[in-house]
Amino acid sequence: MSHEDHDARSRNPGVRRTVVRSVAALIGMFAFAFALVPLYDVFCRVTGINGKVDNTAQAVVHEGVDDSRYVTVQFITRGSSGLPWRMEVETRQVRVHPGQTSEVNFTFRNQSAEANWGRAVPSVSPSRASRHLRKVSCFCFDEQYLEAGERLELPLVFQLARDLPPDVNTVTLVYTLYPVTDARAPLRAQVTAGKGDEA
Amino acid sequence: MAPKLPPQPPLEHSSAATAGGAAAHHAPPRGMLRWLLTTNHKEIGSLYLIFSLIMFFIGGIFALVVRAELFQPGLQLVNPEFFNQMTTMHGLIMVFAAVMPAFTGLANWMIPLQIGAPDMALPRLNNFSFWLLPVAFLLLLSTLLMPGGGPNFGWTFYAPLSTTFAPPSTTFFILSLHIAGISSILGAINIVATILNMRAPGMRMMDMPLFVWTWLITAFLLIAVMPVLAGVITMMLMDINFGTSFFNAAGGGDPVLFQHLFWFFGHPEVYIMILPAFGIVSAIIPTFARKPLFGYASMVYATASIALLSFLVWAHHMFVVGLPLVAELFFMYTTMLIAVPTGVKVFNWITTLFRGSITFEPPMLFALAFVVLFTIGGFSGLMLAIAPADFQYHDTYFVVAHFHYVLVPGAVFAIMAGVYYWLPKWTGHYPNVRLSQWHFWLSVIGVNLTFFPMHFSGLAGMPRRIPDYALQFADFNLVSSLGAFMFGASQLVFVAVVILCVRGGEKAPAKAWEGAEDLEWSVPSPAPLHTFETPPTFSPHVH
Repeated sequence: MSHEDHDARSRNPGVRRTVVRSVAALIGMFAFAFALVPLYDVFCRVTGINGKVDNTAQAVVHEGVDDSRYVTVQFITRGSSGLPWRMEVETRQVRVHPGQTSEVNFTFRNQSAEANWGRAVPSVSPSRASRHLRKVSCFCFDEQYLEAGERLELPLVFQLARDLPPDVNTVTLVYTLYPVTDARAPLRAQVTAGKGDEA
Repeated sequence: MAPKLPPQPPLEHSSAATAGGAAAHHAPPRGMLRWLLTTNHKEIGSLYLIFSLIMFFIGGIFALVVRAELFQPGLQLVNPEFFNQMTTMHGLIMVFAAVMPAFTGLANWMIPLQIGAPDMALPRLNNFSFWLLPVAFLLLLSTLLMPGGGPNFGWTFYAPLSTTFAPPSTTFFILSLHIAGISSILGAINIVATILNMRAPGMRMMDMPLFVWTWLITAFLLIAVMPVLAGVITMMLMDINFGTSFFNAAGGGDPVLFQHLFWFFGHPEVYIMILPAFGIVSAIIPTFARKPLFGYASMVYATASIALLSFLVWAHHMFVVGLPLVAELFFMYTTMLIAVPTGVKVFNWITTLFRGSITFEPPMLFALAFVVLFTIGGFSGLMLAIAPADFQYHDTYFVVAHFHYVLVPGAVFAIMAGVYYWLPKWTGHYPNVRLSQWHFWLSVIGVNLTFFPMHFSGLAGMPRRIPDYALQFADFNLVSSLGAFMFGASQLVFVAVVILCVRGGEKAPAKAWEGAEDLEWSVPSPAPLHTFETPPTFSPHVH
């Protein structure tokens, strides 16, 4: 058999079909890898697995206050390398009834000689509680801009849903400060300014 | 039994005949160009194997730097930054440049011979997928000389360690991994196309030798998960250079997502490195036990089940990230489930040996060591699968012991067994028996001296990837380091065996081993450049 025959044999429609299908599977799996990013986010949010909370304001639900139980809500603030800010909370923990709306003030202070953008990223523990925490107003929805040495006080308004599992007696909210990179700051600045005008 | 062979024209004759036809470009170029442009599956197979052997030594030298530093407590030879680069590069080179190309090389050589095909389905693509590899790994090795050094975040390159806190060379690391990934994908497509379309007339899927079967399943795994690796390193690239936040919590990303994506690739990847080994051992054990393989069909189904289960177990690498209890249980049970098909395989091999007339030629020695030592690695894997126990074992030397037992006396011994088994077919000579035995015994003692004490240092709490350690681990580490140097040195014997075998030695007939049955033993030894240009008549033997 000559090489032409051999080439013909390897160019048979079967090989072509196999290659086309394999390439389709490849492209599909590559797309799937990227699709997993939003899917993972949705999965975590729906199941509340990852301590992730909604980054958008939710409305207060007037469902009546459950006076029969108290839940301790603790606040932890953490700095981050690369952002010379201090973040403090007026009270380390509050005792609230489920259904009750509470407000806690947080203080941000830029300790450097430069203005920067920063952002506080929340996490809820135990993660089961994250679905039952409604944030009505939170600084964590936006990035903050602080001039050198500036001090800023911002409120967190939240409500624990009445359907909070009965065995959850303590909910811990952790805020970690992250720098917002320069590349993104101007873009965000416009967005924030726009919001400010509307208000 | 032996199919009738077509007359085998010598190389010059064959190419001259073609040159007389329309395709003058088929005349093989001489010297370097011949290797650069070859589309012959045997030559490309040899290139893959030689490349992987060179990389095995480079990765091995990195491992010896690590073992030399760990020879005694304290910091002696290298600084911790360089130590981290050595552990990372050792892992990357061994996984992507030594073990995977070695299996691809064996596939290139043996799959067309075992299924009676004249060549791979896509010979030019085959050439391309090989030559991508030296490019990829020269690039990866060159990062060691760049400012800030090479990758230092472990072969698993967890973000944000590999994004926010990584050396500037990480972009080169990503590019090299992309190129290596494309190479594996193209190789896999080629193998699937060859196996599905180019089998000898009369050879059904369930007549294929197990090496072909395991490689077919491996190739499907490669096609399924290499794009996920490509995706995850693309996300890293964007996080590093284009300001995205896939794995950056500050921008709403999630570092744990990286681990999910990585291990969704990474767990099938470890089966990519072991399934072809199962195939090789399933060819060698029946040959030297002079009995057909016990449970051929169950071997095929077990391989397929392992491959399917490998997509459902990834988070057992992440038991300590804070998974919910349900997930811990799910991944614990699915992981343990894998022991069932793996156990089927081990019992099939043992049953094949039962009442066989066994001889201990060099390939058989390595295959038997594989069965015993791989099973030890499998058992430590079962221990690690127990989620609460893993909280203790996680990131200790126990894990290092586990995966080295499955990869070194597992995958690497199987590759060596395959090389000893098929060397007579490749070179026409038997490997030197005395030297092979030296190689075997030194390797087997070296490997156990190196990795067995790691179980103990790991259970006692020694963390992995750390250049210094507490005094109580000193004795175990001393033994490990001595064993590592012994194992490393004994591989020089292997190189000597291969070179001597290429240059001469006892002549091998077409059927080099008495009990060998598959189609490759029907062509002369050494196999001529072109085989099965006329498809052989295949008569299935009873499995």
